[in-house]
Amino acid sequence: MIRLKVNGVSRQFDGDPNMPLLWFLRDELRLTGTKFGCGMGLCGACTVHLNGSAVRSCQTLMQGAADKEVVTIEGLHPKAEHPVQQAWQQANVPQCGYCQTGQIMQAAALLKQKPKPTDADIDTAMKGNICRCGTYQRIREAIKSAANKAPASVPTNRSGRTGGEQ
Amino acid sequence: MNRIELVSRRTFLGGMFSAGALVLGARLLPIEALASMSKGSTDHAAWNPSVYLGLETDGTVIIVAHRSEMGTGIRSVLPTVLADELDADWKRVKIEQALGDAKYGSQNTDGSCSIRDFYDAMREAGASARMMLIGAAAEKWGVPVAECKAQNHEIVHAGSGRKLGYGELAALAAKQTVPKKEELKFKSAAEYRYIGKDVPTVDRADICAGKGVFGIDAQMPGMVYASIVRSPVLGGKMKSYDDKEARAVRGVQQTVVLPGFTPPHGFKALGGVAVIADNTWAAMKGREKLKVEWETSEHASYDSAKYKQSLLETVRKPQKVVRNVGDVDAEFAKGGKTHEAEYYVPHQSHAPMEPPAAVAEFKDGKAVIYAATQNPQAVQDTVATALGIDKKNVECHVTLLGGGFGRKSKPDYVAEAALLSKAVGKPVKVTWSREDDIGFDYYHTVSALYLKAALDEKGRPTAWLQRSAFPSMMSTFSPAATSASAGELGMGWTDLPFDIVNHRAENGPAQHHVRLGWMRSVANIQHAFAIHSFVDELAQLAKRDAVEYLLDVLGPSRQIDLQAPSRLAQKYPLDTGRLRRVIELAAERSNWAKKKPTKGRALGIAAHRSFLSYVAAVVEVEVDNSGKIRIPRVDIAVDAGKVINPDRVKSQFEGAAVFGATIALMGEITAEGGVIQQSNFHDYPVARINEAPLVTHVHLVPSDAPPAGVGEPGVPPISPAICNAVFAATGKRIRELPIKNHKLV
Repeated sequence: MIRLKVNGVSRQFDGDPNMPLLWFLRDELRLTGTKFGCGMGLCGACTVHLNGSAVRSCQTLMQGAADKEVVTIEGLHPKAEHPVQQAWQQANVPQCGYCQTGQIMQAAALLKQKPKPTDADIDTAMKGNICRCGTYQRIREAIKSAANKAPASVPTNRSGRTGGEQ
Repeated sequence: MNRIELVSRRTFLGGMFSAGALVLGARLLPIEALASMSKGSTDHAAWNPSVYLGLETDGTVIIVAHRSEMGTGIRSVLPTVLADELDADWKRVKIEQALGDAKYGSQNTDGSCSIRDFYDAMREAGASARMMLIGAAAEKWGVPVAECKAQNHEIVHAGSGRKLGYGELAALAAKQTVPKKEELKFKSAAEYRYIGKDVPTVDRADICAGKGVFGIDAQMPGMVYASIVRSPVLGGKMKSYDDKEARAVRGVQQTVVLPGFTPPHGFKALGGVAVIADNTWAAMKGREKLKVEWETSEHASYDSAKYKQSLLETVRKPQKVVRNVGDVDAEFAKGGKTHEAEYYVPHQSHAPMEPPAAVAEFKDGKAVIYAATQNPQAVQDTVATALGIDKKNVECHVTLLGGGFGRKSKPDYVAEAALLSKAVGKPVKVTWSREDDIGFDYYHTVSALYLKAALDEKGRPTAWLQRSAFPSMMSTFSPAATSASAGELGMGWTDLPFDIVNHRAENGPAQHHVRLGWMRSVANIQHAFAIHSFVDELAQLAKRDAVEYLLDVLGPSRQIDLQAPSRLAQKYPLDTGRLRRVIELAAERSNWAKKKPTKGRALGIAAHRSFLSYVAAVVEVEVDNSGKIRIPRVDIAVDAGKVINPDRVKSQFEGAAVFGATIALMGEITAEGGVIQQSNFHDYPVARINEAPLVTHVHLVPSDAPPAGVGEPGVPPISPAICNAVFAATGKRIRELPIKNHKLV
């Protein structure tokens, strides 16, 4: 039996320990904000936070997530008002929107690590996240805009989770 | 699926509204349909002046979005047009996504035509409803209609200041006579509240919260999950299969054989063996364990390297003339200076970030579908045929689409889900893997193009010959189709707008070997690449500035008669003045005149009219000492006629620059032995944030011309503009895409 926390809620899983976390989130927990894009860790659509770091959930096996804390887009902020989510809305980033949850999770992890990222930092952190609609320049703009906002608006606890999670 | 059909569909809708919205609207959308959409039913005096609109007694305006949302914003933008003419408060507007139903006219969200085909209908519907509300209020107050006006969800009486909300007036307004089309009074541009403004899309917040529901997210109670192995060669029949190991995978329930298709493949399920499981992962694992042997097919001969040579040989010889002006041969025979070049564009894959996915339940002779589809009526047709039921028994719910680009107009994956549901007696979700998506796409075609010009002493063409060969996407519907359709040729080939006395366009035969389909901007991709690379070559030969040369070849402002279908040609004549204007604008805003090329850094230009819009792109390219390319800046000037939502239009052109950059830099699908060689983003790369243009500035030409397309026309000029910039920066002329196959230093 594998135990883990997802968005602050304790969960357990007794299926194939080699199943990627992605499918546990999507098919078992019905947290469909985390997307399937490639299954090879090439596109970033499935990005979630594992103990505070951005990971590809299609490459994170259930046994690797055991006893860890997972945050998905649904748990990033209780009202979906994380500074990155707000900046994404202000810049009208999404087109089709499919990759954007992964982009947002990746950007949120970047800003936690580097509150004032340079263009090169953004390239390095975000180049694993593909957007076929081509919203990259607005993603860059939104990250810079979020970086310029006071990060104190979202309280963060020790493990790096946002304060509003249950 | 030929785009020309859109003209006739447009005629159909136009006819519907000119005859009066209510009469035909009522016949096409019975009052019950609307009542079932509203919460209550008979006690709600809901009414419907058109197919697209309902007003409830609580004042909620329901606007039916009948087009699919794949990222253009159309699901929001078309309704803003109606809401504006209705003078509705956007906050009180509720958007309902339409089911697939012929009563809406065409729902095929494709061909960059949603605004141009439905803008007038939306305005007419909104204005009709507004005038009926005014009429109702005037009648209630016993005052002349002229003394009443609509103002933000209320009708106001000027003299007394009395007001009545739209909801209060709904029942009365429903008894008003629907105004005739010629009686409709439209708002002036100055009165617009939403048209021409950057109204955010209704889906933006949900998307950022992870609540947007795409096809792959759809769920039905009791649903099982499927993954399908298909013949690697188009049309290969299954010889044998062994599912013992597959069935042993934990979570796998059963396997189902889907029979192969009978040509034409159309939108039919390809056939194969499906693994049905408790979750997507188990289905995919089980599918890996399947052992399937396939027979070969006639398409096993398909080898991209050899095929390329055959296309090139075709364009080296005279082919069928598809447009002729003057006498090219006589001019060439004079023996003056000439220039010729061959170009090649390989297959491309759409690769939307959401791979094809659908959920279907077949029960009691009816199918219920949830799908990411650009064309829900094609879903109805395809599923009905696959299941042997009537189209009206197919209920297609349209989810958000995680990208479409033309791929999701073809509902083969929905047919798979429906057939599997019938086989297992449960709702089935089919999820294509990325390998399925890239390996079994309806690919953008592969093309060779040959151009030759005779040149005068200023290096200007006196004769221009262009010859193309590529397998036609019409082969999807008719396997015997070996030459390009008029629709494909009309996309930048037979509508060359240059001022050249002698001009001939030809097209040669080519056999298809994989499924082909339309991908964002379609045949314009190869046509614009070849034509605008060649213009640039001629400018360089003449040692003239590329912008000045392009304007010279384009010639004076004039309208060109292409003998196109008359309605479209009258409303949207090919106006070279508008093309000149975008070239000048792009040159000005990119600072073309001052940014002279230096070693490793230069600008390139291309301009192309497609989907009735005029677009010029100036791309700045940097090539470093290792040959690595960066694109620091793109300037795109656009005349798309009247623009409804400038921000969403700009976003389409920003995205088109990235899509075009992928085609230019890295996009390439190849086949060996009939089998596609690419499978995922490691071997079919698409532009990432560090490879895409850093900034694209979109410059919209203010215009009151009828709205034209915006989803696709940004793509065609990008690849030639990039390659022209690469030449200016490095002296390397790229005649075969993608650039990644060439050494630049």
